[in-house]
Amino acid sequence: MKNGSIISIKNVTKRFPVGEGEFTALKNINLEFQRGEFAGLVGPSGSGKTTLLNIIGSLDSPTEGDALVLGKNISKLSHKESALLRNKHIGFIFQVYNLLPVYTVYENVEFALLLQNIPKAQRQKMVMEALEWVGLASMADKKPDKLSGGEGQRVAIARAMVKKPEIVIADEPSANLDAANTHAILKTMRELNENLGTTFLFSTHDEKVMGYLDRIVHLRDGAVEEDEIIKSKTQS
Amino acid sequence: MKLAFQLAYKNLVGAGLRTWLNVGVLAFSFIIIIFYNGLIDGWNEQAKYDSIAWEYGNGQLLHTEYDPFDPFTILDGHGVLENEQSKNLTPILLRQASIYPEGRMLSVALKGIDANQTTLELPTASLKNSTAKIPAMMGRNMADAANLKKGDEILLRWRDQGGTFDAAKITVAEIFETNVPTVDGGQIWIPISKMWEMTGLENHATYYVANENFQPKNISDWKYKSQEVLLSDLNEIIAMKKISGSIMYLLLLAIALLAIFDTQVLSVFRRQKEIGTYISLGMTRSQVVGLFTVEGSMYSIFAMILGSIVGIPLFAYLAKIGIGMPQASRDMGIPLAERIFPVFGIQLIVGTILLVVIAATIVSFLPARKISKMNPVLALKGKLQ
Repeated sequence: MKNGSIISIKNVTKRFPVGEGEFTALKNINLEFQRGEFAGLVGPSGSGKTTLLNIIGSLDSPTEGDALVLGKNISKLSHKESALLRNKHIGFIFQVYNLLPVYTVYENVEFALLLQNIPKAQRQKMVMEALEWVGLASMADKKPDKLSGGEGQRVAIARAMVKKPEIVIADEPSANLDAANTHAILKTMRELNENLGTTFLFSTHDEKVMGYLDRIVHLRDGAVEEDEIIKSKTQS
Repeated sequence: MKLAFQLAYKNLVGAGLRTWLNVGVLAFSFIIIIFYNGLIDGWNEQAKYDSIAWEYGNGQLLHTEYDPFDPFTILDGHGVLENEQSKNLTPILLRQASIYPEGRMLSVALKGIDANQTTLELPTASLKNSTAKIPAMMGRNMADAANLKKGDEILLRWRDQGGTFDAAKITVAEIFETNVPTVDGGQIWIPISKMWEMTGLENHATYYVANENFQPKNISDWKYKSQEVLLSDLNEIIAMKKISGSIMYLLLLAIALLAIFDTQVLSVFRRQKEIGTYISLGMTRSQVVGLFTVEGSMYSIFAMILGSIVGIPLFAYLAKIGIGMPQASRDMGIPLAERIFPVFGIQLIVGTILLVVIAATIVSFLPARKISKMNPVLALKGKLQ
């Protein structure tokens, strides 16, 4: 418990229709994440990591049980309310960066702020600050296709962090990166976690990422196998 | 909404060639629709103006037994108006006759007209000033058909009031140029005073043409047809022409809209990850639908700009110099000038813009609706839905 519970998963089950039957991706999951945690869901493919992250990110909802994010029950949110939750409080970092190809680095990072109707001058300040956090202020005018993999993922981090959300969800952020870039982006995220108090939630099966996590939740076949707290375990 | 326009603009400009191909086709549609309607409107204006100036005046007072569409009514369809009643009216007496150019017989409508009239643009002063015994004038088409030129004498045969055939030589005093075929083809104009002498129908007229001072009133044996009524046939012909022409440009517009529809369907299919990203960044589904719809309708806005750049100078030039009409078109029986000056009215332009923008918005919205049912998780993975 650092600063109180920010995510509370209670008896969450998620089933998907497959053909005429069903596939159970999550089985009666119970988890609690505290504000400022740097935690990861770890497990092999199909273990339910991404499904759980999608529910926490309000992109999906549980079939059974309750997922409370910042006190809001994901199952009970309307499309508009869940969009507002994502827009203001949750940042996403994806495996393939998902940068908008026709926008510049600056515009990609600015996007979430545009949705919040933040005035231009303030937006500019916030975008440049976020780009400085990830060391890409000089590349603000570049298009995503001119960036390397590591740079692309750092833009995605800046985009997720620019609105200073309470939670950042990173789904396999290192899957397309080499070791050096993986360490670089993890260091950046760790610094942001420590400086801004943002809760980071990863899904990964990358050992390098695991090395940075304070807490590792091991998932297997949709169930929590082990919830491992690793205090002050950081690499530099 | 402002955000949707900003994002749509970036997305379209960023899409490059695909955008400009759609915009090009749509701009071409804009130009064709406006050009074609402008041409028809120009023709309409010119045809109405010429018909009024050369034939209809401010309306016509026809003898009740005369039907312009039934030649058998010519014989008895005439009468006399009292002097007071014929004020502001130009009398025209119509009889059937024959001429014999180069030894062949040609049936004509012989029309007697007051040589002093100023209501119609028919150059009747040439009849008044001619020293010939029976001066006659005719339109260029009639003169060409009979191979006649100014100064020629030609034998005319007609029937008098009692039905007896009579004949005399007439002199071509004037050949006039007109766009109105109904005062030209198959017609010979002579002074009405001569016609009264020739037929014995003193002071008779088949119909009268009113000038702008004429006040319509009920007169026994005569029926008044207003300018609007007389122009209704012409309006119907032009409306038909407009409808038949619209099929062509609607097809063109349909091709352009199909291109937008196709692009939108492809966009929704190909840009699923992008749609998922928008949703994950906090856009509502209706905002994403709005964005894609605005993108589609923005094609029409770009097309309007491109169409204006190309179209405005082109239309201004055409409105100034007019468009030459082939001779074959002038033989259709409706007033058609050698050159038609298209009229590009604000109503036409605004109407066309609204038509294209609304149509483009609708065809963009239809495929974009699918987004509202999309699962954002699957969209982020780019999976088919």
